[in-house]
Amino acid sequence: MARTPAELVGANPGPAFEITMDGRPVTALPGQSVAAALWSAGILAWRTTRTTGRPRGAFCGIGQCYDCLATINGEPNRRACLVPARPGDVIITQEGHGHARIGV
Amino acid sequence: MPASASDPYDLAVIGAGSAGLAGAVTAAELGLSVALLDSSPQTGGQFYRHPAQAIGAVRPEALHHDWPAFAELRRRLERSEVRHLSGHHVWAVTKENGDGKGNGERKGDGERKERGDVWAVHAVTGADGAEGQPVRVRARAVLLATGAYERQLPFPGWTLPGVVGAGGAQAMLKSGLVLPGKRIVVAGSGPLLLAVASSLAAAGAQVPAVIEASGYLGYARHPRALAANPQKLVEAAVHGAALLRHRVRLRTRSAVTEVHGTDRVEAVTVTRLDRDWRPVRGTGRRIACDALAVGHGLAPQIELATALGCATRPTADGTTALALGGLQETSVPGVWAAGETGGIGGAQLARAEGELAGTAVAAGLYGRPYREGRIRALQRRRDRMRGFAEAMAARHAPAAGWTDWLTDATDVCRCEEVTAGRIREAVTDLGASDAHTVKLLTRAGMGWCQGRMCGTAAVCLAAGEGQLRRAVEPPAERRPFAVPVPLSALASLDEPTGTRPDTAPGTDH
Amino acid sequence: MVGAACAYFAARAGLSVTVVDRGPVAGGTTGAGEGNLLVSDKEPGPELELALLSTELWRELADMLPPGIEYEPKGGLVVASGEAGLRVLRDFAAGQEKAGVRAEEVPAERLEDLEPHLAPGLAGGFHYPQDAQVMPALAAAHLLRAAGDRVCLRLGEEVIGLLTTADGAVRGVRTAAGEMHAGHVVNAAGAWGGEFARLAGVELPVLPRRGFVLVTEPLPRVVRHKVYAADYVADVASDSAALGTSAVVEGTAAGPVLIGASRERVGFDRTLSTEVLRRLAVQATALFPFLAGVRAIRTYAGFRPYLPDHLPAIGPDPRVPGLLHACGHEGAGVGLAPATGLLIARSLGGGELPLDIGAFSPVRFAADG
Repeated sequence: MARTPAELVGANPGPAFEITMDGRPVTALPGQSVAAALWSAGILAWRTTRTTGRPRGAFCGIGQCYDCLATINGEPNRRACLVPARPGDVIITQEGHGHARIGV
Repeated sequence: MPASASDPYDLAVIGAGSAGLAGAVTAAELGLSVALLDSSPQTGGQFYRHPAQAIGAVRPEALHHDWPAFAELRRRLERSEVRHLSGHHVWAVTKENGDGKGNGERKGDGERKERGDVWAVHAVTGADGAEGQPVRVRARAVLLATGAYERQLPFPGWTLPGVVGAGGAQAMLKSGLVLPGKRIVVAGSGPLLLAVASSLAAAGAQVPAVIEASGYLGYARHPRALAANPQKLVEAAVHGAALLRHRVRLRTRSAVTEVHGTDRVEAVTVTRLDRDWRPVRGTGRRIACDALAVGHGLAPQIELATALGCATRPTADGTTALALGGLQETSVPGVWAAGETGGIGGAQLARAEGELAGTAVAAGLYGRPYREGRIRALQRRRDRMRGFAEAMAARHAPAAGWTDWLTDATDVCRCEEVTAGRIREAVTDLGASDAHTVKLLTRAGMGWCQGRMCGTAAVCLAAGEGQLRRAVEPPAERRPFAVPVPLSALASLDEPTGTRPDTAPGTDH
Repeated sequence: MVGAACAYFAARAGLSVTVVDRGPVAGGTTGAGEGNLLVSDKEPGPELELALLSTELWRELADMLPPGIEYEPKGGLVVASGEAGLRVLRDFAAGQEKAGVRAEEVPAERLEDLEPHLAPGLAGGFHYPQDAQVMPALAAAHLLRAAGDRVCLRLGEEVIGLLTTADGAVRGVRTAAGEMHAGHVVNAAGAWGGEFARLAGVELPVLPRRGFVLVTEPLPRVVRHKVYAADYVADVASDSAALGTSAVVEGTAAGPVLIGASRERVGFDRTLSTEVLRRLAVQATALFPFLAGVRAIRTYAGFRPYLPDHLPAIGPDPRVPGLLHACGHEGAGVGLAPATGLLIARSLGGGELPLDIGAFSPVRFAADG
């Protein structure tokens, strides 16, 4: 019986690469979304909510719920479940609306 | 392809799942020029969602039923002249000429006199639509095959990391080969839960239980519908066997009524439900787990259609689907729909409807051979499968008592963090009696997801007694922007760059 | 909003009131509005008098109602892109100041102090500290609630006819559920006020003037005032049925930035117009360049109740004893609601009117007079 999803489908991906989450290195496989890479590292939350500051991560997994919004390479509000991970991506926990730098 | 880049396509198909693929290849094989737009990088939609090429999966079918049917559609697409525009997130469809609505003032340079209306399909591009260029694809007919999204009913703790949509867990598994945890409880209602549980278990997760709110017994009341759809029985038997093999317990008439943990899931409380889905006091049992996959069936994704004024119908399980004619036509001439947009029914039904729509568009609009025998056969298959789907949907319709799960502190709207207490206050103190007024007075449904996650709950809470008051519900699916649109994209709407699909970014071939 | 204000002030004057609406609270134009409480866009005349009275009344109401109505005396900022536009603004403001409006010229180099994200290169503008904003649906709902037991709400009930006495005076209304008796009936049906007047057998030429609002993703407080370009004033006063757009940009307490305001007479058609969205986006990003990278998550249409001379109809209708009108406020209904409510309440209760309502006469469009 298969023990991992990759074994189940007979995955033979290209070489793994590294992205970072709040500075911590995370291994990603080519073809994985940012959210998938974070899940595989056991990370389930990468933003905090606007009002109560609670942690959130991927929920619907198909780009409909916008709960997985992440700040990727400085761009806030990217849907992590849709954006493919690329080598060297810098993910930081997004606080609230994610637009603090244009605030006054 | 149209004769020249400024000509509209004969048909724009939105959504490259089973329905859209079948519609696109059928129409193209009948000689129509077809553009197929989809937000994903790959075809397959949600049902046949599969890992990106780079993952190098040699057995993607291990996570799917009936993979050969999809493989065949994909082969036909590759052989066809269909222009597949992947990474295209359609935010609106508008009528470009004709009755002067919408863009009536604008006249494109060198535009030829066309037969009938021309539709403009507006899309933003890229992985999540946030970085690519805006695109406008013009077509004489539109086939909406935009599928469905998972319906959610809130409960205390459902916003905690580790609680994920059941369909979401499956999607992340199918495409990214990842799991949200090691020990995953699957809960909610609907036949999808069994499929999710068996995939998660097959991929190595422990699934201590599947918690189903309804009583499955009702299927037995529709023996005729079941007998007419043997494939559904086979599917159920396969899931049942897989669950047995993985020692997954199915608990019916129960629901997760609380999630425990501070920053992520540590356990859930499962409570028995009465016939009305009210929790039975004193029956709560704690199950240790590190993730919860939850969902209450699927809801048709129809905002592009409702923005065009297409008529809708209530379905047996309390969702809103498009009202369609015998040839898959919507109430707006020139706009067709197939698959889950007309009511949830699965991939096989979607394929039949897609083929029917593709044939009908070719025959009706362009006088291609009518293929009457084929159409009648497809219609019979469609009606049979729809019958089964509606019978099953009725079994999983949320019963009125479910809102008793909610405490006043439970977040109902995930985006705007609006609690059940605030919604109840708007209903009892401020006179809100429908979801739209609840939204105006509380912001529930005004956030990023535009009410996709909390819409059902808002309707039920507004109705007071947890009833799904469909008759008085204004079109809840009215979302003029199906996806967020950068203002820069709106500002450049008249620029010609968007009109030539052959110069559009993100095309497959 | 206007109906809620009429009910509130009438109840406060000791009358008992039934509010009948075929939809929910704020289900019409109020729910689609931005909640503008403006004096800045009004030229001296009867509407400005109404607006100035309303400004005072809104301040009092805001003290009494819960903070949830999001009343913000944020002030307005009208900007001009060139010297010619600035001269027009200067003349306009001079006239307004004589009528009691506070307006302060802001030279180009000081615009940034008021709105740090404004586009560079503007010629200057005027600051109107009396302009304010309110969340209209919540304001209407809370105002009705504050009116207390004297107000009875009958929502989801449509008036299908007026009841009259033998000599033609109003004695109530008929709905599908039955009859309601009242000595006075106030037409606060907004954009549908013309239809309501026809039920009473009189003509009131209210037409819908459609407007779209664009709503952005949630942002921090990047837009502090209600900011608009000088051409907005001309657009508001225009009689054209054709599309006019002039961006009005403002932040909200909840985060999203709202972008209005288009005006076109196309009946009650909600069909999405990409041309309107394009113009609003072009104009808004011209005022605030950072908005180009911001996403719109929502848009909606509303219908302003428009009368040919851009003034509302307020007061008793001499053609039908017992019938009063309080509609036709175009895009200013939320702002003008309290003064309208007070005028209606005084008309009903016989009190002294705080201002002359001759210009708002419901019969001013009648053929004979």
